[in-house]
Amino acid sequence: MDISPIIISMKTASLAIAITFFAGIIVAYQVASMKHEKAKMIWDGILTLPLVLPPTVAGFFLLYLFGVKRPLGKMLLEFLGVKIAFSWGATVLAAVVISFPLMYRSARGAFEQVDPNLKDAARTLGLSEWTIFWKVVFPNALSGILSGGILAFARGLGEFGATAMIAGNIAGKTRTLPLAVYSNVAAGNLKGAYQYVMILVVISFLVVTGMNYVTYVFQWQNRKEKR
Amino acid sequence: MDVKIKKNLKNYEMDMEFSISSGCLGILGASGCGKSMTLKSIAGIVTPDSGQIIVKNKVLYDHDQKINLRPQDRKVGYLFQNYALFPNMTVKENIVAGILGEQKQRMSKKHIMEWSDYYIRQFHLEGLKDQYPSRLSGGQQQRTALARIFASKPEVMLLDEPFSALDSYLREEMQIELKERVKNFEGCTVLVSHDRDEIYKLCDKTMIVENGKNIICEDTKELFENPRYMIAARLTGCKNISKAKKISEHMIYALDWKVELHVDKKVPERLSYVGVRAHDFIPLKDRGEDQNNLIKICPIEVVETPFEQTILFKNSQNPAEKMWMKQPKGCKYVPDKVRVDPQKILLLEG
Repeated sequence: MDISPIIISMKTASLAIAITFFAGIIVAYQVASMKHEKAKMIWDGILTLPLVLPPTVAGFFLLYLFGVKRPLGKMLLEFLGVKIAFSWGATVLAAVVISFPLMYRSARGAFEQVDPNLKDAARTLGLSEWTIFWKVVFPNALSGILSGGILAFARGLGEFGATAMIAGNIAGKTRTLPLAVYSNVAAGNLKGAYQYVMILVVISFLVVTGMNYVTYVFQWQNRKEKR
Repeated sequence: MDVKIKKNLKNYEMDMEFSISSGCLGILGASGCGKSMTLKSIAGIVTPDSGQIIVKNKVLYDHDQKINLRPQDRKVGYLFQNYALFPNMTVKENIVAGILGEQKQRMSKKHIMEWSDYYIRQFHLEGLKDQYPSRLSGGQQQRTALARIFASKPEVMLLDEPFSALDSYLREEMQIELKERVKNFEGCTVLVSHDRDEIYKLCDKTMIVENGKNIICEDTKELFENPRYMIAARLTGCKNISKAKKISEHMIYALDWKVELHVDKKVPERLSYVGVRAHDFIPLKDRGEDQNNLIKICPIEVVETPFEQTILFKNSQNPAEKMWMKQPKGCKYVPDKVRVDPQKILLLEG
Protein backbone atom coordinates (compact mmCIF):
# COMPACT_ATOMS: atom_id res chain seq x y z
CA MET A 1 0.00 0.00 0.00
CA ASP A 2 1.22 3.48 -0.86
CA ILE A 3 1.27 5.38 2.42
CA SER A 4 1.99 8.79 0.89
CA PRO A 5 -1.73 9.80 0.82
CA ILE A 6 -1.93 9.15 4.58
CA ILE A 7 1.09 11.32 5.26
CA ILE A 8 -0.04 14.06 2.87
CA SER A 9 -3.54 14.05 4.36
CA MET A 10 -2.32 14.22 7.94
CA LYS A 11 0.13 17.00 7.14
CA THR A 12 -2.51 18.95 5.23
CA ALA A 13 -5.22 18.52 7.83
CA SER A 14 -2.86 19.44 10.70
CA LEU A 15 -1.55 22.63 9.12
CA ALA A 16 -5.02 23.55 7.89
CA ILE A 17 -6.60 23.19 11.34
CA ALA A 18 -3.81 25.26 12.91
CA ILE A 19 -4.69 28.10 10.55
CA THR A 20 -8.46 27.61 10.63
CA PHE A 21 -8.65 27.30 14.40
CA PHE A 22 -7.08 30.65 15.23
CA ALA A 23 -8.40 32.53 12.21
CA GLY A 24 -11.88 31.17 12.95
CA ILE A 25 -11.74 32.28 16.60
CA ILE A 26 -10.51 35.77 15.78
CA VAL A 27 -13.01 36.32 12.97
CA ALA A 28 -15.86 34.84 15.02
CA TYR A 29 -15.11 37.16 17.94
CA GLN A 30 -15.00 40.15 15.62
CA VAL A 31 -18.31 39.27 14.00
CA ALA A 32 -19.94 38.40 17.33
CA SER A 33 -18.92 41.80 18.75
CA MET A 34 -20.25 43.72 15.73
CA LYS A 35 -22.90 46.25 16.69
CA HIS A 36 -24.30 46.85 13.23
CA GLU A 37 -26.85 44.10 12.54
CA LYS A 38 -26.81 44.39 8.73
CA ALA A 39 -23.04 44.39 8.45
CA LYS A 40 -23.07 41.35 10.72
CA MET A 41 -25.46 39.48 8.41
CA ILE A 42 -23.48 40.29 5.28
CA TRP A 43 -20.16 39.27 6.81
CA ASP A 44 -21.72 36.12 8.13
CA GLY A 45 -23.05 35.35 4.65
CA ILE A 46 -19.65 35.78 3.03
CA LEU A 47 -17.85 33.74 5.68
CA THR A 48 -20.38 30.91 5.57
CA LEU A 49 -20.51 30.70 1.78
CA PRO A 50 -17.83 28.00 1.39
CA LEU A 51 -19.95 25.74 3.61
CA VAL A 52 -23.01 25.89 1.39
CA LEU A 53 -21.40 26.16 -2.03
CA PRO A 54 -20.46 22.91 -3.75
CA PRO A 55 -16.75 22.41 -3.01
CA THR A 56 -16.06 22.38 -6.75
CA VAL A 57 -17.42 25.92 -6.98
CA ALA A 58 -15.24 27.02 -4.08
CA GLY A 59 -12.34 25.29 -5.84
CA PHE A 60 -13.23 27.11 -9.04
CA PHE A 61 -12.99 30.46 -7.26
CA LEU A 62 -9.67 29.48 -5.71
CA LEU A 63 -8.35 28.54 -9.13
CA TYR A 64 -9.68 31.81 -10.44
CA LEU A 65 -7.73 33.71 -7.76
CA PHE A 66 -4.58 31.66 -7.37
CA GLY A 67 -4.06 30.22 -10.86
CA VAL A 68 -0.58 31.03 -12.19
CA LYS A 69 -2.05 33.25 -14.89
CA ARG A 70 -4.44 35.07 -12.52
CA PRO A 71 -3.43 38.38 -10.87
CA LEU A 72 -3.09 37.06 -7.32
CA GLY A 73 -1.35 33.84 -8.31
CA LYS A 74 0.93 35.75 -10.65
CA MET A 75 1.84 38.24 -7.97
CA LEU A 76 2.68 35.50 -5.46
CA LEU A 77 4.80 33.73 -8.06
CA GLU A 78 6.65 36.84 -9.22
CA PHE A 79 7.30 38.53 -5.90
CA LEU A 80 7.58 35.62 -3.48
CA GLY A 81 8.35 32.80 -5.85
CA VAL A 82 5.48 30.80 -4.41
CA LYS A 83 3.37 28.70 -6.68
CA ILE A 84 0.08 27.82 -5.05
CA ALA A 85 -1.95 26.05 -7.72
CA PHE A 86 -1.22 22.33 -8.05
CA SER A 87 1.27 22.30 -5.19
CA TRP A 88 0.99 20.86 -1.67
CA GLY A 89 0.15 24.36 -0.42
CA ALA A 90 -3.00 24.21 -2.52
CA THR A 91 -4.29 21.20 -0.57
CA VAL A 92 -3.85 23.22 2.62
CA LEU A 93 -5.53 26.25 1.05
CA ALA A 94 -8.51 24.18 -0.07
CA ALA A 95 -8.84 22.51 3.35
CA VAL A 96 -8.65 25.87 5.13
CA VAL A 97 -11.26 27.53 2.93
CA ILE A 98 -13.70 24.64 3.16
CA SER A 99 -13.30 23.96 6.89
CA PHE A 100 -13.22 27.62 7.94
CA PRO A 101 -17.00 28.17 8.04
CA LEU A 102 -17.46 25.22 10.43
CA MET A 103 -14.89 26.64 12.82
CA TYR A 104 -16.17 30.17 12.46
CA ARG A 105 -19.81 29.27 13.02
CA SER A 106 -19.14 27.04 16.03
CA ALA A 107 -16.90 29.65 17.64
CA ARG A 108 -19.35 32.44 16.95
CA GLY A 109 -22.21 30.43 18.43
CA ALA A 110 -20.05 29.67 21.46
CA PHE A 111 -19.17 33.35 21.93
CA GLU A 112 -22.77 34.42 21.60
CA GLN A 113 -23.81 31.85 24.20
CA VAL A 114 -21.64 33.59 26.77
CA ASP A 115 -23.82 35.86 28.93
CA PRO A 116 -23.11 39.42 27.75
CA ASN A 117 -23.42 40.58 31.36
CA LEU A 118 -20.15 38.75 32.07
CA LYS A 119 -18.27 41.04 29.70
CA ASP A 120 -19.96 44.14 31.07
CA ALA A 121 -19.35 43.04 34.65
CA ALA A 122 -15.68 42.47 33.87
CA ARG A 123 -15.46 45.92 32.31
CA THR A 124 -16.99 47.66 35.32
CA LEU A 125 -14.53 45.79 37.53
CA GLY A 126 -11.75 47.36 35.48
CA LEU A 127 -10.40 44.35 33.58
CA SER A 128 -8.79 45.07 30.21
CA GLU A 129 -10.42 43.87 26.99
CA TRP A 130 -7.51 41.47 26.50
CA THR A 131 -7.99 39.93 29.95
CA ILE A 132 -11.75 39.79 29.42
CA PHE A 133 -11.31 37.82 26.24
CA TRP A 134 -8.77 35.32 27.55
CA LYS A 135 -9.97 34.94 31.14
CA VAL A 136 -13.73 35.31 30.79
CA VAL A 137 -15.10 34.92 27.27
CA PHE A 138 -12.73 32.29 25.93
CA PRO A 139 -12.93 29.82 28.84
CA ASN A 140 -16.71 30.04 28.89
CA ALA A 141 -16.88 29.44 25.15
CA LEU A 142 -14.22 26.73 25.19
CA SER A 143 -16.37 23.65 24.80
CA GLY A 144 -18.08 25.11 21.72
CA ILE A 145 -14.78 26.29 20.28
CA LEU A 146 -13.11 22.91 20.75
CA SER A 147 -15.96 20.98 19.22
CA GLY A 148 -15.89 23.42 16.28
CA GLY A 149 -12.15 22.84 15.91
CA ILE A 150 -12.57 19.09 15.85
CA LEU A 151 -15.37 19.29 13.29
CA ALA A 152 -13.23 21.57 11.14
CA PHE A 153 -10.32 19.15 11.39
CA ALA A 154 -12.51 16.27 10.24
CA ARG A 155 -13.89 18.35 7.40
CA GLY A 156 -10.37 19.37 6.31
CA LEU A 157 -9.27 15.74 6.37
CA GLY A 158 -12.16 14.72 4.15
CA GLU A 159 -11.85 17.59 1.69
CA PHE A 160 -12.16 16.41 -1.90
CA GLY A 161 -13.86 18.75 -4.40
CA ALA A 162 -11.97 21.98 -3.92
CA THR A 163 -8.69 20.08 -3.53
CA ALA A 164 -9.20 18.33 -6.84
CA MET A 165 -9.88 21.66 -8.52
CA ILE A 166 -6.94 23.69 -7.27
CA ALA A 167 -4.38 21.10 -6.18
CA GLY A 168 -5.13 18.39 -8.71
CA ASN A 169 -4.46 14.76 -8.02
CA ILE A 170 -0.71 14.39 -8.25
CA ALA A 171 0.48 11.15 -6.67
CA GLY A 172 2.95 11.72 -3.83
CA LYS A 173 2.37 15.46 -3.93
CA THR A 174 -1.25 16.50 -3.71
CA ARG A 175 -3.04 13.15 -3.60
CA THR A 176 -4.77 13.14 -0.21
CA LEU A 177 -6.73 10.19 1.20
CA PRO A 178 -10.10 11.11 -0.38
CA LEU A 179 -8.40 11.62 -3.74
CA ALA A 180 -6.55 8.31 -3.33
CA VAL A 181 -9.90 6.57 -2.79
CA TYR A 182 -11.26 8.18 -5.95
CA SER A 183 -8.17 7.35 -8.02
CA ASN A 184 -8.16 3.72 -6.93
CA VAL A 185 -11.83 3.29 -7.72
CA ALA A 186 -11.38 5.03 -11.06
CA ALA A 187 -8.55 2.65 -11.84
CA GLY A 188 -10.71 -0.34 -10.86
CA ASN A 189 -8.55 -1.13 -7.83
CA LEU A 190 -11.32 -1.63 -5.25
CA LYS A 191 -9.01 -3.42 -2.82
CA GLY A 192 -6.69 -0.40 -2.70
CA ALA A 193 -9.61 1.94 -2.23
CA TYR A 194 -10.95 -0.22 0.61
CA GLN A 195 -7.79 0.27 2.69
CA TYR A 196 -7.94 4.04 2.40
CA VAL A 197 -11.66 4.03 3.14
CA MET A 198 -11.06 2.08 6.35
CA ILE A 199 -8.39 4.51 7.46
CA LEU A 200 -10.70 7.46 6.83
CA VAL A 201 -13.62 5.83 8.63
CA VAL A 202 -11.51 5.00 11.67
CA ILE A 203 -9.98 8.46 11.92
CA SER A 204 -13.32 10.20 11.43
CA PHE A 205 -15.01 8.03 14.05
CA LEU A 206 -12.26 8.70 16.57
CA VAL A 207 -12.48 12.40 15.88
CA VAL A 208 -16.23 12.64 16.35
CA THR A 209 -16.17 10.50 19.50
CA GLY A 210 -13.33 12.62 20.79
CA MET A 211 -15.42 15.69 20.14
CA ASN A 212 -18.30 14.37 22.19
CA TYR A 213 -15.93 13.53 25.00
CA VAL A 214 -14.29 16.95 24.97
CA THR A 215 -17.64 18.74 24.95
CA TYR A 216 -18.75 16.63 27.90
CA VAL A 217 -15.59 17.24 29.90
CA PHE A 218 -15.61 21.00 29.41
CA GLN A 219 -19.23 21.34 30.30
CA TRP A 220 -19.00 19.53 33.59
CA GLN A 221 -15.57 20.49 34.71
CA ASN A 222 -16.88 23.82 35.93
CA ARG A 223 -19.45 22.35 38.23
CA LYS A 224 -17.12 20.49 40.52
CA GLU A 225 -15.26 21.96 43.41
CA LYS A 226 -11.72 23.01 42.65
CA ARG A 227 -9.10 20.93 44.40
CA MET B 1 -23.24 62.37 41.63
CA ASP B 2 -25.03 64.38 38.94
CA VAL B 3 -26.76 62.65 36.09
CA LYS B 4 -28.51 64.32 33.19
CA ILE B 5 -28.91 62.09 30.18
CA LYS B 6 -31.11 61.59 27.15
CA LYS B 7 -31.31 58.64 24.86
CA ASN B 8 -33.71 57.63 22.15
CA LEU B 9 -34.83 54.06 22.59
CA LYS B 10 -37.19 51.89 20.61
CA ASN B 11 -40.30 52.30 22.76
CA TYR B 12 -39.67 55.57 24.55
CA GLU B 13 -37.26 58.38 25.02
CA MET B 14 -35.13 58.22 28.13
CA ASP B 15 -34.77 61.60 29.78
CA MET B 16 -33.29 61.41 33.26
CA GLU B 17 -32.06 64.09 35.54
CA PHE B 18 -31.12 63.61 39.16
CA SER B 19 -28.37 64.24 41.61
CA ILE B 20 -27.46 62.75 44.96
CA SER B 21 -24.62 63.67 47.28
CA SER B 22 -24.59 60.59 49.46
CA GLY B 23 -26.64 57.63 50.60
CA CYS B 24 -28.86 55.42 48.54
CA LEU B 25 -31.19 56.53 45.79
CA GLY B 26 -33.96 54.17 44.76
CA ILE B 27 -35.38 54.21 41.27
CA LEU B 28 -38.88 52.80 41.28
CA GLY B 29 -40.67 52.01 38.04
CA ALA B 30 -42.50 49.33 36.13
CA SER B 31 -40.50 46.79 34.12
CA GLY B 32 -39.00 48.21 30.97
CA CYS B 33 -39.33 51.88 31.89
CA GLY B 34 -35.66 52.68 31.46
CA LYS B 35 -34.39 51.98 34.97
CA SER B 36 -31.71 49.51 33.95
CA MET B 37 -30.84 51.67 30.95
CA THR B 38 -30.07 54.51 33.33
CA LEU B 39 -27.73 52.34 35.36
CA LYS B 40 -26.04 51.02 32.21
CA SER B 41 -25.48 54.58 31.03
CA ILE B 42 -23.85 55.51 34.32
CA ALA B 43 -21.62 52.45 34.18
CA GLY B 44 -20.65 53.18 30.57
CA ILE B 45 -22.10 49.97 29.19
CA VAL B 46 -24.41 51.98 26.92
CA THR B 47 -23.76 55.48 25.65
CA PRO B 48 -26.51 58.09 25.93
CA ASP B 49 -27.28 60.43 23.03
CA SER B 50 -26.62 63.56 25.02
CA GLY B 51 -26.13 64.92 28.52
CA GLN B 52 -23.51 64.47 31.19
CA ILE B 53 -22.61 62.25 34.12
CA ILE B 54 -20.40 63.57 36.89
CA VAL B 55 -19.24 61.67 39.95
CA LYS B 56 -17.32 63.51 42.68
CA ASN B 57 -16.17 66.24 40.29
CA LYS B 58 -14.95 63.61 37.83
CA VAL B 59 -16.64 63.80 34.45
CA LEU B 60 -17.55 60.29 33.32
CA TYR B 61 -19.51 61.39 30.31
CA ASP B 62 -20.11 64.73 28.66
CA HIS B 63 -21.59 64.82 25.21
CA ASP B 64 -20.66 68.44 24.50
CA GLN B 65 -17.08 68.07 25.67
CA LYS B 66 -16.83 64.71 23.91
CA ILE B 67 -15.82 62.92 27.10
CA ASN B 68 -16.85 59.29 27.40
CA LEU B 69 -14.74 57.25 29.79
CA ARG B 70 -14.52 53.49 29.29
CA PRO B 71 -16.39 51.41 31.92
CA GLN B 72 -12.94 50.33 33.12
CA ASP B 73 -12.01 53.90 34.07
CA ARG B 74 -15.26 54.93 35.73
CA LYS B 75 -14.90 53.20 39.11
CA VAL B 76 -18.56 52.27 39.07
CA GLY B 77 -19.58 48.97 40.65
CA TYR B 78 -22.49 47.24 38.99
CA LEU B 79 -24.44 44.43 40.64
CA PHE B 80 -26.28 42.62 37.88
CA GLN B 81 -29.70 41.10 38.28
CA ASN B 82 -28.19 37.63 37.70
CA TYR B 83 -24.96 38.67 39.53
CA ALA B 84 -22.83 37.86 36.43
CA LEU B 85 -20.30 35.76 38.33
CA PHE B 86 -17.67 34.22 36.07
CA PRO B 87 -18.73 30.56 35.88
CA ASN B 88 -15.20 29.39 35.06
CA MET B 89 -13.77 30.89 38.23
CA THR B 90 -14.16 29.90 41.87
CA VAL B 91 -15.49 32.32 44.47
CA LYS B 92 -11.94 33.29 45.34
CA GLU B 93 -10.90 33.73 41.71
CA ASN B 94 -13.94 35.91 41.10
CA ILE B 95 -12.89 38.15 43.96
CA VAL B 96 -9.30 38.20 42.76
CA ALA B 97 -10.61 39.38 39.37
CA GLY B 98 -12.10 42.39 41.17
CA ILE B 99 -8.80 43.09 42.93
CA LEU B 100 -6.82 42.82 39.70
CA GLY B 101 -9.27 45.09 37.92
CA GLU B 102 -8.74 47.79 40.52
CA GLN B 103 -4.99 47.38 40.65
CA LYS B 104 -3.60 48.95 37.51
CA GLN B 105 0.01 48.09 38.31
CA ARG B 106 1.32 44.67 39.26
CA MET B 107 0.71 43.47 42.75
CA SER B 108 2.62 40.73 44.56
CA LYS B 109 0.89 37.39 44.77
CA LYS B 110 1.01 37.47 48.55
CA HIS B 111 -0.67 40.84 48.60
CA ILE B 112 -3.46 39.65 46.33
CA MET B 113 -4.04 36.61 48.54
CA GLU B 114 -4.21 38.77 51.66
CA TRP B 115 -6.77 41.06 50.11
CA SER B 116 -8.88 38.25 48.72
CA ASP B 117 -8.88 36.55 52.14
CA TYR B 118 -9.98 39.84 53.64
CA TYR B 119 -12.99 40.09 51.34
CA ILE B 120 -13.82 36.41 51.78
CA ARG B 121 -14.02 36.98 55.54
CA GLN B 122 -15.91 40.24 55.18
CA PHE B 123 -18.60 38.59 53.11
CA HIS B 124 -18.79 35.33 55.09
CA LEU B 125 -17.58 33.14 52.23
CA GLU B 126 -14.91 31.23 54.14
CA GLY B 127 -16.08 27.70 53.44
CA LEU B 128 -16.98 28.43 49.85
CA LYS B 129 -13.89 30.01 48.39
CA ASP B 130 -13.03 27.02 46.18
CA GLN B 131 -16.56 26.46 44.93
CA TYR B 132 -17.73 27.39 41.47
CA PRO B 133 -20.69 29.81 41.28
CA SER B 134 -23.09 27.18 39.92
CA ARG B 135 -22.84 25.38 43.27
CA LEU B 136 -23.78 28.41 45.37
CA SER B 137 -27.20 29.46 46.61
CA GLY B 138 -28.68 32.74 45.41
CA GLY B 139 -27.68 34.54 48.58
CA GLN B 140 -24.11 33.23 48.41
CA GLN B 141 -23.89 34.28 44.77
CA GLN B 142 -25.01 37.76 45.69
CA ARG B 143 -22.43 37.95 48.46
CA THR B 144 -19.71 36.83 46.08
CA ALA B 145 -20.76 39.38 43.50
CA LEU B 146 -20.75 42.12 46.14
CA ALA B 147 -17.37 41.03 47.46
CA ARG B 148 -16.04 41.19 43.91
CA ILE B 149 -17.47 44.71 43.47
CA PHE B 150 -16.07 45.93 46.80
CA ALA B 151 -12.70 44.43 45.85
CA SER B 152 -12.64 46.69 42.81
CA LYS B 153 -13.06 49.70 45.13
CA PRO B 154 -15.84 51.59 43.34
CA GLU B 155 -16.88 55.16 44.02
CA VAL B 156 -20.47 54.52 43.02
CA MET B 157 -22.46 51.35 43.42
CA LEU B 158 -25.31 50.44 41.10
CA LEU B 159 -27.71 47.69 42.15
CA ASP B 160 -29.95 46.37 39.41
CA GLU B 161 -32.95 44.52 40.90
CA PRO B 162 -30.64 42.82 43.40
CA PHE B 163 -33.27 40.59 45.00
CA SER B 164 -35.34 39.48 42.05
CA ALA B 165 -33.43 36.20 41.75
CA LEU B 166 -33.99 35.23 45.39
CA ASP B 167 -36.87 33.42 47.04
CA SER B 168 -38.88 35.42 49.54
CA TYR B 169 -37.22 34.03 52.66
CA LEU B 170 -33.70 34.65 51.41
CA ARG B 171 -34.79 37.99 50.03
CA GLU B 172 -35.64 39.47 53.41
CA GLU B 173 -32.40 38.19 54.86
CA MET B 174 -30.28 39.63 52.07
CA GLN B 175 -32.14 42.93 52.20
CA ILE B 176 -31.03 43.42 55.78
CA GLU B 177 -27.48 42.42 54.91
CA LEU B 178 -27.32 44.69 51.88
CA LYS B 179 -28.79 47.61 53.82
CA GLU B 180 -25.89 47.32 56.24
CA ARG B 181 -23.33 47.22 53.42
CA VAL B 182 -24.89 50.18 51.67
CA LYS B 183 -24.85 52.15 54.92
CA ASN B 184 -21.14 51.50 55.40
CA PHE B 185 -20.31 52.26 51.78
CA GLU B 186 -18.71 55.68 51.40
CA GLY B 187 -19.93 56.54 47.92
CA CYS B 188 -23.40 56.89 46.47
CA THR B 189 -25.59 53.91 45.74
CA VAL B 190 -28.35 53.67 43.18
CA LEU B 191 -30.82 50.83 43.54
CA VAL B 192 -33.25 50.00 40.79
CA SER B 193 -36.37 48.01 41.52
CA HIS B 194 -40.01 47.52 40.72
CA ASP B 195 -40.65 46.41 44.29
CA ARG B 196 -41.74 49.20 46.61
CA ASP B 197 -40.83 47.27 49.77
CA GLU B 198 -37.22 46.95 48.69
CA ILE B 199 -36.98 50.63 47.90
CA TYR B 200 -38.66 51.61 51.16
CA LYS B 201 -36.32 49.42 53.21
CA LEU B 202 -33.05 50.42 51.60
CA CYS B 203 -33.27 53.87 50.07
CA ASP B 204 -33.05 57.33 51.59
CA LYS B 205 -34.41 59.00 48.49
CA THR B 206 -36.75 57.62 45.88
CA MET B 207 -37.26 58.56 42.29
CA ILE B 208 -40.34 57.51 40.35
CA VAL B 209 -39.79 56.74 36.68
CA GLU B 210 -42.31 56.26 33.92
CA ASN B 211 -41.53 55.75 30.23
CA GLY B 212 -37.94 56.84 30.68
CA LYS B 213 -38.71 60.08 32.50
CA ASN B 214 -38.36 60.85 36.18
CA ILE B 215 -41.67 62.09 37.55
CA ILE B 216 -40.67 62.91 41.08
CA CYS B 217 -37.63 62.50 43.31
CA GLU B 218 -38.01 62.88 47.05
CA ASP B 219 -37.19 61.61 50.47
CA THR B 220 -38.48 58.04 50.57
CA LYS B 221 -40.69 58.35 53.64
CA GLU B 222 -42.24 61.58 52.41
CA LEU B 223 -42.88 60.14 49.00
CA PHE B 224 -44.73 57.14 50.37
CA GLU B 225 -46.68 59.44 52.66
CA ASN B 226 -47.68 61.83 49.94
CA PRO B 227 -46.94 60.55 46.43
CA ARG B 228 -48.45 63.67 44.77
CA TYR B 229 -48.67 62.04 41.35
CA MET B 230 -51.02 59.32 40.20
CA ILE B 231 -48.21 57.17 38.83
CA ALA B 232 -46.20 57.61 42.04
CA ALA B 233 -49.24 56.55 44.08
CA ARG B 234 -49.70 53.45 41.94
CA LEU B 235 -46.02 52.46 42.12
CA THR B 236 -45.87 52.97 45.86
CA GLY B 237 -48.69 50.47 46.13
CA CYS B 238 -51.90 52.45 46.20
CA LYS B 239 -54.58 50.08 44.90
CA ASN B 240 -57.57 52.43 44.78
CA ILE B 241 -57.29 55.35 42.44
CA SER B 242 -60.16 57.33 40.97
CA LYS B 243 -60.43 60.36 38.73
CA ALA B 244 -61.40 63.32 40.86
CA LYS B 245 -62.35 66.97 40.73
CA LYS B 246 -62.23 69.75 43.22
CA ILE B 247 -65.48 70.95 44.81
CA SER B 248 -64.17 73.31 47.45
CA GLU B 249 -61.01 73.96 49.49
CA HIS B 250 -61.44 70.78 51.51
CA MET B 251 -63.89 68.79 49.46
CA ILE B 252 -63.45 66.68 46.35
CA TYR B 253 -65.63 64.50 44.19
CA ALA B 254 -64.28 61.09 43.13
CA LEU B 255 -65.66 60.61 39.63
CA ASP B 256 -65.17 56.85 39.32
CA TRP B 257 -66.42 56.08 42.82
CA LYS B 258 -69.21 58.66 42.65
CA VAL B 259 -68.64 59.86 46.21
CA GLU B 260 -67.81 63.15 47.84
CA LEU B 261 -64.83 63.10 50.15
CA HIS B 262 -63.67 65.50 52.82
CA VAL B 263 -59.95 66.03 52.94
CA ASP B 264 -57.71 67.65 55.53
CA LYS B 265 -55.18 69.14 53.16
CA LYS B 266 -55.96 72.04 50.93
CA VAL B 267 -57.03 70.70 47.56
CA PRO B 268 -54.55 71.73 44.84
CA GLU B 269 -55.88 73.35 41.65
CA ARG B 270 -54.33 70.68 39.45
CA LEU B 271 -55.99 67.78 41.22
CA SER B 272 -57.03 65.10 38.80
CA TYR B 273 -56.97 61.87 40.81
CA VAL B 274 -57.64 60.69 44.30
CA GLY B 275 -56.10 57.65 45.93
CA VAL B 276 -56.85 55.60 49.02
CA ARG B 277 -54.46 52.92 50.19
CA ALA B 278 -56.03 49.52 50.82
CA HIS B 279 -54.95 49.69 54.46
CA ASP B 280 -56.65 53.02 55.06
CA PHE B 281 -60.26 51.88 54.75
CA ILE B 282 -61.87 51.49 58.14
CA PRO B 283 -64.57 48.81 58.09
CA LEU B 284 -67.87 49.75 59.74
CA LYS B 285 -71.06 47.86 60.37
CA ASP B 286 -74.43 49.14 61.60
CA ARG B 287 -72.93 52.29 63.02
CA GLY B 288 -71.18 55.48 62.14
CA GLU B 289 -73.94 56.69 59.87
CA ASP B 290 -73.28 60.23 60.96
CA GLN B 291 -69.59 60.27 59.95
CA ASN B 292 -68.15 61.74 56.78
CA ASN B 293 -66.36 59.91 53.95
CA LEU B 294 -68.53 56.83 54.10
CA ILE B 295 -68.72 54.43 51.21
CA LYS B 296 -71.40 51.76 51.10
CA ILE B 297 -69.88 48.56 49.86
CA CYS B 298 -70.76 45.14 48.64
CA PRO B 299 -67.94 42.63 49.20
CA ILE B 300 -67.12 40.33 46.30
CA GLU B 301 -64.31 38.25 47.60
CA VAL B 302 -62.10 37.78 50.62
CA VAL B 303 -58.54 36.62 49.97
CA GLU B 304 -56.47 35.50 52.91
CA THR B 305 -52.71 35.68 53.26
CA PRO B 306 -50.99 34.36 56.40
CA PHE B 307 -51.32 37.57 58.41
CA GLU B 308 -53.76 39.68 56.50
CA GLN B 309 -56.93 39.51 54.56
CA THR B 310 -57.75 41.39 51.43
CA ILE B 311 -61.35 42.22 50.73
CA LEU B 312 -62.28 42.96 47.16
CA PHE B 313 -65.50 44.94 47.07
CA LYS B 314 -67.89 46.82 44.84
CA ASN B 315 -68.84 50.33 45.64
CA SER B 316 -72.66 50.57 45.88
CA GLN B 317 -72.61 54.00 44.26
CA ASN B 318 -70.92 52.68 41.15
CA PRO B 319 -70.85 48.86 41.03
CA ALA B 320 -68.63 48.83 37.97
CA GLU B 321 -65.67 49.91 40.09
CA LYS B 322 -63.79 47.29 42.07
CA MET B 323 -61.93 48.43 45.14
CA TRP B 324 -59.53 46.82 47.56
CA MET B 325 -59.08 46.93 51.26
CA LYS B 326 -56.69 45.14 53.55
CA GLN B 327 -57.18 44.43 57.22
CA PRO B 328 -55.55 42.32 59.88
CA LYS B 329 -56.89 38.81 60.13
CA GLY B 330 -59.41 37.95 62.75
CA CYS B 331 -61.94 40.56 61.74
CA LYS B 332 -64.92 38.31 61.99
CA TYR B 333 -67.56 40.35 60.23
CA VAL B 334 -67.62 41.50 56.65
CA PRO B 335 -68.37 45.22 56.63
CA ASP B 336 -71.20 46.80 54.67
CA LYS B 337 -69.60 50.22 54.64
CA VAL B 338 -66.15 51.68 55.00
CA ARG B 339 -64.81 55.03 56.00
CA VAL B 340 -61.64 56.89 55.07
CA ASP B 341 -59.97 59.30 57.40
CA PRO B 342 -59.75 62.73 55.70
CA GLN B 343 -56.04 62.78 56.60
CA LYS B 344 -55.34 59.60 54.70
CA ILE B 345 -56.74 60.64 51.33
CA LEU B 346 -54.04 61.05 48.68
CA LEU B 347 -54.56 64.05 46.40
CA LEU B 348 -52.90 63.35 43.10
CA GLU B 349 -51.93 65.09 39.90
CA GLY B 350 -52.03 63.31 36.57
